[in-house]
Order: sequence, then structure tokens, then C-alpha cells
Amino acid sequence: MDQLLAFFVPWEFSWPVQLTIWGSLLLYWNGLRRSRPDELPGHGPVLAFCVGVVLMYLVTQTYFDYWSQYMFFVHRGQHLVLHHLAPFLIALSMPAPVLARGLPQPIRAWFARRRLLRALWIRLYRVLQQPLIACVLFVGLIAFWLTPEIHFDAMLNSTLYWVMNWSMALDGLLFWWLMFEHGKRGITPRLGYGTRVLLLAAVMVPQIIIGASITFADQVWFDVYAVCGRAWPVAPLTDQYLGGLITWIPAAMMSVVGALIVLRFWIYSDLTGKTGAAGAPASA
Amino acid sequence: MNPARVSLRSVTASVAALAIALFLGGCGEDEWHGKNITGLMPELEFELIDENGDPVTEEVFAGEPVAMYFGFTHCPDICPTTLARLAAAARRLPESIGKNLQLAFVSVDPARDDPDQLERYTDAFSDRMLGLTGTQKQLRALTRRYRVTFGYEEPGADGSYEVSHSSAILVFDAELEPRLMLLDDLNVAQIAEDLERLLEGSRSDS
Repeated sequence: MDQLLAFFVPWEFSWPVQLTIWGSLLLYWNGLRRSRPDELPGHGPVLAFCVGVVLMYLVTQTYFDYWSQYMFFVHRGQHLVLHHLAPFLIALSMPAPVLARGLPQPIRAWFARRRLLRALWIRLYRVLQQPLIACVLFVGLIAFWLTPEIHFDAMLNSTLYWVMNWSMALDGLLFWWLMFEHGKRGITPRLGYGTRVLLLAAVMVPQIIIGASITFADQVWFDVYAVCGRAWPVAPLTDQYLGGLITWIPAAMMSVVGALIVLRFWIYSDLTGKTGAAGAPASA
Repeated sequence: MNPARVSLRSVTASVAALAIALFLGGCGEDEWHGKNITGLMPELEFELIDENGDPVTEEVFAGEPVAMYFGFTHCPDICPTTLARLAAAARRLPESIGKNLQLAFVSVDPARDDPDQLERYTDAFSDRMLGLTGTQKQLRALTRRYRVTFGYEEPGADGSYEVSHSSAILVFDAELEPRLMLLDDLNVAQIAEDLERLLEGSRSDS
């Protein structure tokens, strides 16, 4: 029991993470409370949102974070959750309308009045959500933080470590948000369903290459885990091998699952006769 | 031209400038063989027990540079070879500055490494190497401060077990500020060069 409780003590307590996690859950709950019955999302999206947010919390604000800092393969698991699984679930739930309803009225009114800020935010967001930029960011960040020299510094310096994890989580949200955008139009560019499937396949290939290269490497690339000591004794190459597999297989699988979900949107939109942007070239 | 466009351009320009500054900063001349960690981590601070069984703090090293290594005396290969290289490098230093260097071995396996065992072990490498250990809490406090860790394997049938620990030597200057991380790919000559440079630097500072 004590061990279980000890697991939930954050290894490195972070106010920004705590405020973001609990704040977004609170906003979501408030948004649900304020929704009219016809605006309410189903049980599925509510569950997906909560599980996604809680997963992000569990991998950053518990003892799991300690293992992530001192074991390469656990670190890869942490990034799988931060960059793939949790943002995937959150984006799938399309929480924006609920979250917006959850915001206190004065804040919504304040933001609506800030024309320049709003215009800037939308422009920046749309640039980041250009299909090519979104894909390069998605794969590029994985490659960037896995560059051995950069990885070394990120694991040694606590500021850089947090920059790394935040960048992965935020980029994951951007990418999966772009992939799963549907329903009422917001500020996210609406890509054609075919384009999305293509992009999901495109990001899968470099991830397979990166993951497989790490898996089959015959020498240790990430020596920071030896330098800092591992959470428990494991042969460095075994640790790296497992980390490579996690970077390779589940990450690539997420693309496949994502593509299946996009196909379902596609079929659904055809059946209901809402052509939407299906088949149309990327408009953004 | 609308204001949003202008602002966006200036934002892009500043981001690019920042990226270039970071890039150049990362390419600065750094002649150390080890990894320069100046400013990355807090100054030395600990409460441990030494090889005589007496409680000590970081004050025991104050005033002169110290090279510190974490390990355990039952360590089959990495600890003895690293400590031997460190001791050999220390012996190579010119007498005038070499005498100021302090060596410390911190055992992260207090269950097996009592003060007597520590003293025998460290004396085998160098008579100026001080053995230290402590309670789990004390050791965790010290290792965590430098973002390193240690862990134990389940004991085998004969009661022996492997311990994971940092493979790097941490070097602190006379003010006990962390300066260098000597990784295990350095040879004796490289370690000696880095130590000499650090010792000369701390002598000219004072």
C-alpha cells in the first residue's frame, strides 16, 4: 500500500503540469455542465479525453517519471504516451467546444476583444498545421530529441528535460488534432480524408527507420543512462533494444489505428451525404 | 500591410535569431575532454559517513578541488578500472598542483560496504582517496542533486547482487561548484589533462 502511494508522489513536482492537467479537467467538467443536451458529446469522447489527460499526468507526475529519466526504454514509453497515445485520445474526443464552454465568460469575452492576439494565434496555429510542417515537426521532434548529443544534455539538465517533454506533448496534440478534425468547422485546417491517410503513412516510415536503427544498433548510442546510472541493473544494449522496439512498433501502429479511424470518418461522411472536404485537396 | 503580418514576421525573425544564437552557443570552443557541466548543477552538498565511521559534510572537501565517483566495492569491472584510471591520472599531475586534488569514492551499497571495507578498498587505489557512504536517504539526496541514480538487482542464491550506478566521475572546483563530468571513455592522459587544467584554473583564481 505504501509502495502504491509512493508511486503517486511526483518525482519532480511541476506547477505548470499540475495546473494544465487539473485545469483542463476542471474546464472540461465545467463545459459539460454548461452544455445543452444536444451539445453533449457521447460517453466515448468524454472517456477518451479523461483517459488521455490522466495518462499525461501519470507519465510525468509520478514515480514513472523517475524510471523514464534513468532507463532508456521507459523514457521511450513516456514519449509514446506524451506524443502518440494521450494526444491521440484527447484529439479524438474533439474537446474544443466543451473546453470553450467551460471557460468563464469574462475570459472568453476578453479573448474575443483581443483582435490582434486572436489573429496572431490563428495565423501561427494555421502555419503549424500546414500538412508538410505538421509532419516534419512530428517526425523531426522525435529525431531531434533522439540525437545522442542532444539527448545527453536533455537528460542532464532539468530545464531542457521539461522543454523536451512539453514539446513532445504539444506537438502530439497538434498533429493528432489535425488528423482527427471533423464535425463543426473550427480554426483547424480541414484536410481531405485521403490526404490524412497519406500523411499518417508518411510519418510512419521515418519512425520505423529511427526505431529499427536503434533496435538493431550494435553499440550504445545513448550513454547518458550509463553516465547517470540506470534505475536498476540492465545491460545497456538490452535497454536500448527495448527502447528501439517501443519507438518502432507501437508508434507505427498508432498511424495504422489513426488511418482506420480516418477511414471510418470518411465512410460515415459519404453515407450521410455530407461531402465535407472528402477527396478535396488540402485547403490550408 | 496589416499589423498581424508585421508582427508575425518579427516573431519569425526573433525565433530565427534565437535559433542561430543557440546554435552558435552550442558550437563554442570547449577544449575539455570531459563534459563541461559548469552552471548546470548546484554546488556540492551532502551528509554522509566517512571510512572512519564519522559523519561528514561537503565541508570536508572545501577549499580544494575534488573528484568524486559513485560505485560499490563488490563492483566487478567498471568501478576498479575507473578508480585506477583516476588514481593514475592524479599521480601524473605535477607535484605542485597535484597535491591539492582530493579524491572521493561514494559507495551506494551501504548494506555491504561498511567503513572498514571502504577504507581497505580506497587505500588500494590511492592513500588520498576518501571512502564515503551513508543511509539510503542520504545517498539518494546526493545522487539526485546531480541527476544520477543507482539501483539493486534481486540477490542471487549466494546473496550477491549487481548494483547500477553512475559511470562518470564528477569534478568539483575549490568552491565545490560542479565543473566537469569525466565519462568512462577517457584515458588516463585525458583525465590528467582535464584535472591539471582545472587545478591550475583554481590556483590562479585564488
